[in-house]
Amino acid sequence: MIRLARRDNPPLWLSAVASVGAALAALALTAVPLALTGAPVAGAFRLMAEGAAGSLFAFTETLSRATPLIFTGLAAAIAFRARLWNIGAEGQLYAGALAAVAVGTGAVSLPAPALVPLVLLAGAAAGALLMLAPVVFKLRFSADEVVTTLLLNFIVLLFVQMMLEGPMKDPMGLGWPQSEPLVDEAVLPKIVDKMRLHWGFGIAVVAAVLAQLMIDRTVWGFEIRAVGENAPAARYAGLPVTRTMLRVGLLSGACAGLAGACEVAGLKGYLTADLSPGFGYAGIVVAMLSGLSPLGVIPASIFVAGVFVGADTMSRSIGVSNYLADLVVAMALLCVLVGGLATRYRVEFTRRDART
Amino acid sequence: MSAARGPQAEARAPARPVLSLRGITKRFGPLIANDDIGFEVAPGEIVALLGENGAGKTTLMNIIFGHYVADEGEVSVAGPDGALAPLPPGSAEAALRAGVGMVHQHFTLAENLTAFENIVLGTESLWRLSYGGGGARARVEAIAASSGLDVDLDAPVSRLSVGEKQRVEILKALYRDARVLILDEPTAVLTPQEADGLAATVRALAARGLAVIFISHKLAEVVALCHRILVLRGGRLVADRAAAGCDRATLADLMVGRSIEVTRTPRRPGGPPVLVLDHASADGERGRGALREASLVVHGGEIVGVAGVSGNGQGALAALVAGLAAPRSGRLEVLGGTIRAADPAAMVRRGVGRIPEDRHREGSIGRMSIAENLMLESVRDGAFQRLGFIRRRAAREHAEEAIAAFDVRCPGPDAPIRLLSGGNMQKVILARALERSPMLILANQPTRGLDVAATADVHRRLIAARDRGAGVLLISEDLDEIFVLADRIAAIHHGRLTPSFATETLDTRAVGLMMAGHDPTTQEPEFETAGGRAP
Repeated sequence: MIRLARRDNPPLWLSAVASVGAALAALALTAVPLALTGAPVAGAFRLMAEGAAGSLFAFTETLSRATPLIFTGLAAAIAFRARLWNIGAEGQLYAGALAAVAVGTGAVSLPAPALVPLVLLAGAAAGALLMLAPVVFKLRFSADEVVTTLLLNFIVLLFVQMMLEGPMKDPMGLGWPQSEPLVDEAVLPKIVDKMRLHWGFGIAVVAAVLAQLMIDRTVWGFEIRAVGENAPAARYAGLPVTRTMLRVGLLSGACAGLAGACEVAGLKGYLTADLSPGFGYAGIVVAMLSGLSPLGVIPASIFVAGVFVGADTMSRSIGVSNYLADLVVAMALLCVLVGGLATRYRVEFTRRDART
Repeated sequence: MSAARGPQAEARAPARPVLSLRGITKRFGPLIANDDIGFEVAPGEIVALLGENGAGKTTLMNIIFGHYVADEGEVSVAGPDGALAPLPPGSAEAALRAGVGMVHQHFTLAENLTAFENIVLGTESLWRLSYGGGGARARVEAIAASSGLDVDLDAPVSRLSVGEKQRVEILKALYRDARVLILDEPTAVLTPQEADGLAATVRALAARGLAVIFISHKLAEVVALCHRILVLRGGRLVADRAAAGCDRATLADLMVGRSIEVTRTPRRPGGPPVLVLDHASADGERGRGALREASLVVHGGEIVGVAGVSGNGQGALAALVAGLAAPRSGRLEVLGGTIRAADPAAMVRRGVGRIPEDRHREGSIGRMSIAENLMLESVRDGAFQRLGFIRRRAAREHAEEAIAAFDVRCPGPDAPIRLLSGGNMQKVILARALERSPMLILANQPTRGLDVAATADVHRRLIAARDRGAGVLLISEDLDEIFVLADRIAAIHHGRLTPSFATETLDTRAVGLMMAGHDPTTQEPEFETAGGRAP
């Protein structure tokens, strides 16, 4: 008889192997539908790899796509560490973008070194604010934050559409529902000339490093881990469970808000209602792939971004729909969950006792 | 309850058994929950299963009913022809089919269905469009009438009283042709009148040949109702005797075991009061186990033991002293200050050392390191952090000292605490609770699940704390432990705390009676109904 036995102490390397294995398994599983379309499987994967990292342009494209994913991945990873299930990064991203546009399109005129931080701060604050209600409702009324944060996504998106059709509509926009462009002083500079990669990526990496430091080395991180791993024990020991939950919620929302602010200030220059192709939700996959480690979010984001960018290239060349990218990302999440099972359990083969 | 037991108990003994257990052994890790248990039950026999919490009653019943698989041993049930056949282990369905019915302490009824629907639920074909075809209704009514189980079959279960729900549960078992009925603490939820009604029903059912296993720790009703009494202690069957001739004192002795040799230092009298409860009430978890108007004083330099079967309000009492709850009414004074709000951190600052009941749930954070668990209560102290950053070297040195001082066997301060054995984990918790020389110590089940050596270590530390002048509130289900440690003993029963008595004036029997809600100063219980026992 086969049974699953719990591992008492899964070694660290096993989690890393599980993450990489999950990513590879996801790619391998995608080969099945790819083959069913009749496309050459090896060629398609080669095109994907080239599209993601085959040239300087391709690689900077991947990194610029990874930028919002790092932020939303951090938003999920930090919150999940405390068992706060923030599924609302998508909405917080839009709230951050909206705030960035509100501050950055001429309402405030400051030189660039002051305006850029202000725009980013506004985005972070808006994202954080959006998390306030779900956390307070969770703490006061035990409202399930999965539901509240998820549903807020739709409310925020509708609100953004309303603003883009109304008060924030660009009068020069030929009737398109888009905001006015940011003023030049509010725009994040490029890292590489003539490429789309901007300093938002640098900020994202710094944020990930800071988040890792916070989790590992600070009292806040200690409290976040304690509350997430065992809230009753944290409460018994007198740790501030409520305050920690609030803090985690605000930090998580701020990260997601930064994703939106950086997309607007670094990449697009103005806000439309299709700013994010699901970065908020992909951030959850990124966080799971990283094993909820802030530093791990960076490679996980680059992998997911590479899949998206590579799939675009592939679909342009051989006419396979770039929905394949969504498939890979979804598969990756499933594989991570299975991989997690594999790290926590091991398969044992035992013979049933003859007497029983 | 009236005396219906009697000579028929002996008359029935030679009947062929309907249920037979042989050599049942069940281990959970190092804990032996059931150790080589064997007995038989004859048709028409009412057998009591007595034992303290943790004695293994529930485990044994779960094995009979197929929820657990025994490591060794065999459960056999007689078929319709009277021949014993082994029950396939681990299958509740097989147990049901063989005629084993169980009424759990917490009912398993669908509240939105009627009593009748609940009774036939699961016995009807899935493809039927309505309940109760094929004479089911007539059968249920016949069973109800003949067994005296009076229930409004068409009322939704949500509107039935607790006693009625229990009758529905019994009808459910009888409808499935149960020949062995297990009742798990059936009277715990009943009023005295309902309990009498249940006793009459059980007698009637037994008279018609049903074998009943009656789990309880209410000694009076067991003596009055049952034919035979089995006592479990520490997973072992320590007594199997006819109920005739048993009295409650003997049974209490059997349940708790005789007190072991007491060796302890004499009490230092006259410390200041460190804990004062004055008619303090507090809510229990999810509406159960509340504390009602408890009054108690613990002085520095003494250990006060609170004995009781778990679920009688110990949780609420411990929550008050741990700072997890504030009294709903009454007064709570800790080390001279009145407590008005729940604040565990404030209790720590006041100088209360707290040993939680559940090491894993409240005492430690399994995936965090030993060093981190040691500073769980003090991470915001200047000693462990500077500007919000953890002083890792200080934390590590602190952990190494504690590991040495408390002799924690571990791979090192950075190992996750869940790798430790129960005893070593408890040493870490003790180190955390005792390191700042608290003047009040809450020790809630401090040695549950520990082996002899680890238990002795915990006892030594608590006595040492008392000897340096700290007051200790010891809450324990283990009477031996209470007798070894406590200078004064109180008991808790249904949320009410008895007055405390000096340990020298008590024996286990008296404390056992106090735990069951009797006044220890009189040998006769105050609430026994007429005719229970011959003088």
